[in-house]
Amino acid sequence: MSSTPGGAALIAHELTKQFAREHEAPVCALDKVSLEARHGELTAIVGPDGAGKTTLLRLAAGLLRADSGSLHVLGIDVAAHPQLVQDRISYMPQRFGLYEDLTVAENLNLYADLHGVSNAQRELRYPQLMEMTALGPFQSRLAGQLSGGMKQKLGLACTLVRSPELLLLDEPTVGVDPLSRRELWEIVTRLVAEESLTVVLSTAYLDEAERCKSVIMLHRGQVLSHGSPQQVTVLAEGRSFVATPEPGQTARSLQANLLDRTDIIDAVPDGGRVRFVRNATAVADDLHAVSVAPRFEDGFMILLRERPDRERIATIVIAHPFAHRGQETVVGVQGLVKKFGTFTAVDRIDFEVRRGEIFGLLGPNGAGKTTTFRMLCGLIAPSGGSLNVAGADVRTAPASARARLGYVAQKFSLYGPLSVTENLEFFASAYGLRGERKRARIDWALQQFELGEHARATSAQLPGGYKQRLAMAAALLHEPEILFLDEPTSGADPLARRAFWRRITALAEQGVTIIVTTHFMQEAEYCDRIAIMDSGKILAQGSPAEVRELGHNTGKPEPSMDDAFIAVVERSRGRTNAAAAGERPADSPAAA
Amino acid sequence: MAQMSVSGESGSSSNAWPSKLRRMRALVMKETRQIVRDPSSIAIGAVLPLILILLFGYGLSLDVKNVPIAIVMEFPTPEAVDFAAGFQLSPYFHPFMMRSMPPAQQQLLEHRVDGILRIPADFSRHLVAGDAEVQLIVHGGDANRARIIEGYVQGIVGVWAARLASQGSANPVQPVNVQARLWFNEANDSSYFLVPGLVVLVMTLIGGLLTAMVMAREWERGTLESMFVTPVRSDEILLGKTLPYFVLALFGFVLCVLSAKFLFHVPLRGSMWVLLGASMLYVLVALGIGLLISSWVKNQLVASQLTMLVTFMPAFMLSGFLFDLRSMPTIVRMITYVLPARYYVALLQSVFLAGDVWSVIIPNTLILAGMAAALALGSRAVMHKTLA
Repeated sequence: MSSTPGGAALIAHELTKQFAREHEAPVCALDKVSLEARHGELTAIVGPDGAGKTTLLRLAAGLLRADSGSLHVLGIDVAAHPQLVQDRISYMPQRFGLYEDLTVAENLNLYADLHGVSNAQRELRYPQLMEMTALGPFQSRLAGQLSGGMKQKLGLACTLVRSPELLLLDEPTVGVDPLSRRELWEIVTRLVAEESLTVVLSTAYLDEAERCKSVIMLHRGQVLSHGSPQQVTVLAEGRSFVATPEPGQTARSLQANLLDRTDIIDAVPDGGRVRFVRNATAVADDLHAVSVAPRFEDGFMILLRERPDRERIATIVIAHPFAHRGQETVVGVQGLVKKFGTFTAVDRIDFEVRRGEIFGLLGPNGAGKTTTFRMLCGLIAPSGGSLNVAGADVRTAPASARARLGYVAQKFSLYGPLSVTENLEFFASAYGLRGERKRARIDWALQQFELGEHARATSAQLPGGYKQRLAMAAALLHEPEILFLDEPTSGADPLARRAFWRRITALAEQGVTIIVTTHFMQEAEYCDRIAIMDSGKILAQGSPAEVRELGHNTGKPEPSMDDAFIAVVERSRGRTNAAAAGERPADSPAAA
Repeated sequence: MAQMSVSGESGSSSNAWPSKLRRMRALVMKETRQIVRDPSSIAIGAVLPLILILLFGYGLSLDVKNVPIAIVMEFPTPEAVDFAAGFQLSPYFHPFMMRSMPPAQQQLLEHRVDGILRIPADFSRHLVAGDAEVQLIVHGGDANRARIIEGYVQGIVGVWAARLASQGSANPVQPVNVQARLWFNEANDSSYFLVPGLVVLVMTLIGGLLTAMVMAREWERGTLESMFVTPVRSDEILLGKTLPYFVLALFGFVLCVLSAKFLFHVPLRGSMWVLLGASMLYVLVALGIGLLISSWVKNQLVASQLTMLVTFMPAFMLSGFLFDLRSMPTIVRMITYVLPARYYVALLQSVFLAGDVWSVIIPNTLILAGMAAALALGSRAVMHKTLA
């Protein structure tokens, strides 16, 4: 079996996989896909939600059987000999199955035993893994008590207890803060360099795809492109520009205008300006834009959107717009504290949100964002501090305050077995709508969120993007003046995220106040003001431009929001860890 | 296994016994740690058996004691007084002595007493003639209780008659026949058959419910997806699950047997080894059902409800532990033949109360063994390392 660098570690030929659905035609996850990934290389699979990325990786891991076509991994036919493949590869699913009631060391030992790693090999391997993941000091901690980023690193370590001949990673960095994301990437790239590890990974982060040797782009079960990232980037050659908003105009409203134009492929707010990609045929230059070097994402959007079946990025119109933005404070938080037993989830935070603003709460998993949200919505009682939402103290008048706000929970609270219409009817009734108004609001929701064609499908069967739209529609049925969205774009692909933010921008322009949490730092650019949270505290607050400035001392000329986040968090953690630094030896204490 | 026919280097080494054993040991250790750390397995494995034992042993008693009864002695001959004394001394009755029927009937109407025992005025004369009769009227509001009281009365009459016979005196009183079902329960203490029945429930809970739930939990939390892509084989995953819960179930079994013996003084007339062997077989059957259910129900809630429905409820209602199988309608009785609990209860009742009755032990053991083997093969056949 060839394992020479450059040889193919994974070859798919006309691979097809369908999934049956109730009452609807089967969905084709992979449609005659042919591709290959080479030894010793980092290959990324990118594409929107439902493109077939996870299905492809599961087929390669022998966890699913293809309907037709062939798939060879390390020269072995996976369908015929799944166990032979599983003996030699490692696979990290989207949610790595750590045993939360086992400690870090016990999880690692379990996988070492399953992979038949000898004690001698462990003595060599463990210190290396501990050093890379910085999990050394936490070996006796239960996996369930680790932060999201640490869990992900432990999952990766479990797949690396021995050097696999092929490593499959399914969205390894989803839901992980920028700091942990950077660390995970350092581990992977280092092993590719040092051990010429072969890695195939799927990702929703296009900047990650850009770092891979080879990129396979999937869309609706088909391969859109297959080659080096540069091949994708050059598609946008001469078509990428940056435009500056006029005085008084926000970057996001200029971005929204550009996105609505048919001659523009893509637009995103970027550092107070708007970066956009033109149609190949666009000529008129009415934008005073500056040409910039293209990046991978630009080419990606061209591949995805410059197609006959191009998806429209829809906006939204609400029936009764609210009075335009003023200086009126609609959400005020002072000294807010929430303790769970001895654990302080939210530690004396202050912020204010004015009418019609988009306020972003940024931070890694476990920073306290969701807890803050639940207190704002009156779902849990604060342990201290004061809260004012829509003119009422939620602690004393939760019912009246709640009627004026909408809440989209992190895992969309929809009723899976109910259809789209039934879900909307239920939520409308729950908000006390009835008769003509209820009818009108449901029609509005179906139309504005383009849910009509799926009105009778059960919400459990909806693709991710549609679920998010339905959840948002349900939260807007009673025409709230404040909308809370908890991690609405988590796991969403770039296209779905553009569509989401287009609607949010439109809502804000019509006077709805938006408070949103996210761990995609670039999304901070859509906000009027943001707050960065970590370990229950707000570390920085201000306009995106102000916060970005904090990343300046990283030495980069134009710090990104990611850089700013990492700088802010590291500075804060450095302060709190300074005292505890003594218990963390320089070299890893793996032989504990 | 198909994989073994292809000789890859690492493929053959991961099939070798040492690495197989190492993987099994790792899985068993993992499972044991989880059991010890998870309060819910401790609850189902140890706390629940204890609660059931105490509840069934002390709380839920089918015994009837201190039954208020009116004894109408129409003429106090020495024989009649001697006869009534049997009731006064019995812990089961609390007699009220009367001289005529009307006040006794009034008491019964008001349900101040559960029954009337009338000793007619000509009792002594008939006793000599050999055809003595006493009249028993029982309040039938609670049919079960009425039947039990009837049994008690017959028992006391029987004892008195036997004593009379042993003293060599004339013909004994025989108002009614003594029923056979009190043979093995002469103390008429319901813990005698409740506690052995309890063993069935505990085994079923640990073997079936707990196993189905922990397996479904692995599906829910996605831990199996990661584990599947390792050299681990499906039979190793199954055995790694089976062994720890087998031990846990035996722990529950020992708790039950010890409490049966020392707390409730239930006799163990058969051999300990037969009891242990039969119980091990039954645990294997329960484990097999649990694993089979969880291989196609991958949700903890559904798995637990299904297991309750398929194993626990039938073991409770249809195993002959609470309700006599012979008095069930034919259709229901037919259903009981597919229930493993039925055979285990038969074994337990025999071993605890009657002794090593081989004509009961052998067929029931064989059936349980057959079921265990079929379920083991069945779970092995449906357990694939694939998703969906």
